[in-house]
Amino acid sequence: MMRLPRFRYLAPTTTQEVAEVLASEGPDAMVVAGGTDLLPNMKRRQQTPKTVVGLKGVAALRESQNGTGLRLGAGLTLTEIGEDPRVREHYGALHQAAVQVASPHLRNMATLGGNICLDTRCNYYDQNYEWRKSINFCMKKEGETCWVAPASKRCLAVSSTDTAPALIALGAKVHLLAARESRELSLEELYNNDGISYLTRRPHELLTRVELPDATGWKSTYWKLRRRGSFDFPVLGVAAAVKFDAGGGVADARIVLGAVASSPIVVSEAAEMLVGKELTDGVIEEAAEKAGRKAKPMDNTDFVLHWRKRVAQSFVGYALRELRGDDMSETRWNTAKIRFGD
Amino acid sequence: MDEREKQRLKCTVNGESVDVLFDGYKTLLEVLREELDLCGTKHGCELGECGACAVLVDGKPVLSCLTLALECGQRKIETIEGVGDAKLHPLQAAFADLGGSQCGYCTPAMILTAKELLERNPDPSLDEIRESLAGVLCRCTGYQQIFDSVEQAAEELRRGEKAEVNS
Ligand SMILES: Cc1cc2nc3c(=O)[nH]c(=O)nc-3n(C[C@H](O)[C@H](O)[C@H](O)COP(=O)(O)OP(=O)(O)OC[C@H]3O[C@@H](n4cnc5c(N)ncnc54)[C@H](O)[C@@H]3O)c2cc1C
Ligand code: SF4
Repeated sequence: MMRLPRFRYLAPTTTQEVAEVLASEGPDAMVVAGGTDLLPNMKRRQQTPKTVVGLKGVAALRESQNGTGLRLGAGLTLTEIGEDPRVREHYGALHQAAVQVASPHLRNMATLGGNICLDTRCNYYDQNYEWRKSINFCMKKEGETCWVAPASKRCLAVSSTDTAPALIALGAKVHLLAARESRELSLEELYNNDGISYLTRRPHELLTRVELPDATGWKSTYWKLRRRGSFDFPVLGVAAAVKFDAGGGVADARIVLGAVASSPIVVSEAAEMLVGKELTDGVIEEAAEKAGRKAKPMDNTDFVLHWRKRVAQSFVGYALRELRGDDMSETRWNTAKIRFGD
Repeated sequence: MDEREKQRLKCTVNGESVDVLFDGYKTLLEVLREELDLCGTKHGCELGECGACAVLVDGKPVLSCLTLALECGQRKIETIEGVGDAKLHPLQAAFADLGGSQCGYCTPAMILTAKELLERNPDPSLDEIRESLAGVLCRCTGYQQIFDSVEQAAEELRRGEKAEVNS
């Protein structure tokens, strides 16, 4: 059996209590929400918190609320996000990302907060203790060398969250609660392009909620590339959101790539060039090419690297054509074995 | 809690109240198999990748290998031991009739997962069956017999319901 290491367990019931526990325990404590990332990591001894703070009993993290936009508690499960009619109707990219995370069993457990804070992944890291020991570990934990790029000064493990690129494209903000001060930042600012310290969240901060702005006039989509149709981590994620003006031209746009770096990559150049134009074949091709150039995946996940570099461009094209109104369901089925009803 | 101290779990398993002591690091899977001798729930990859350990917690299919037993207090847990009685559940009968079960390792997870699906959606499409079972791997059947079994059981259950309404 691959058993969990021993740990001290605490189960506070309010967000304030969680923040206080985190402040007093220091970086040796970690929160557990659904546990679908933390528990495998603990079994593999990648993460070995002395204290585990359970969030399941914190009711406030499971609230959602309509205002000008939509507020989603970090403790909502991905099944709940996937089934929420407000998300489906107004924040299509988030709906599509949530329902493609892992499998239905895992989505019944997995939370939005956990998905946002998901550890970065790498073929040399997501292995059991003995396997990692046999290669003398790696820079991300206990070792010195990065086996993907031995000359690299930083870890290049991959940001593998499906919802983050979608949420960033939708303009999401996150709320971080600490015992003394709290702050709100754009989700983009939560990430560092660094496989080890991939979050700007401090260890004593609790992510309590996600704030989505009003989506009037926006259309959004999320395209995922995965090895198996059934379930798999993303090898590429493309989220795109476009606001159309009355004449059908682009008033505003955001394009975000997932799983091609240690953080989601916002490709503003490609998005900005769309503004003021109509989504013609030529415009889409140019934007896709610009975005594709920003995808610099490393050889530490799945599929052949040179193909992965090229496929980002194709996926940005698919996403934009879908937003323009093309029927992309065949391509969607072929790439991810999923259908989205209208 | 002290990490070496035995923990106490009070919950319901297959309709019966359970009160058991366990080591705090144990997952629900380990407590079911090692403390309660309920070995119908299978231990596979232990990392959430194979789905063999699926059980229903408060009616929802989840993976017992990634569920802390510490977080199961007051919950209602259903394992394969709770499915069927003197008579097989229609899903069990269909899996047996149609070859939905070969080596049998994934079968408890398949049946519990399908049971929840059919309670929620008595007439699922093939795509819906496929999606609900997407997280449970089978290395024997090639899945077709499993989908056929779920379809047959769904039909059987719908027929049973109708008979009840008419009588
Ligand atoms: C087989 C398998 C397949 C998977 N496939 C995918 C996939 O396709 N796409 C994908 O994106 N993910 C995938 N995952 C990863 C994981 O299931 C999801 O990312 C899930 O959303 C994590 O949420 P959780 O609540 O279970 O996180 P947890 O494991 O509870 O937590 C994850 C991390 O976030 C931190 N955290 C959790 N909540 C908070 C909070 N409120 N504030 C601050 N920190 C917090 C934890 O301390 C931990 O570091 C997969 C996992 C498995 C095992
Ligand atoms: S990118 Fe390098 S340092 Fe980071 S996990 Fe992989 S091998 Fe280790």
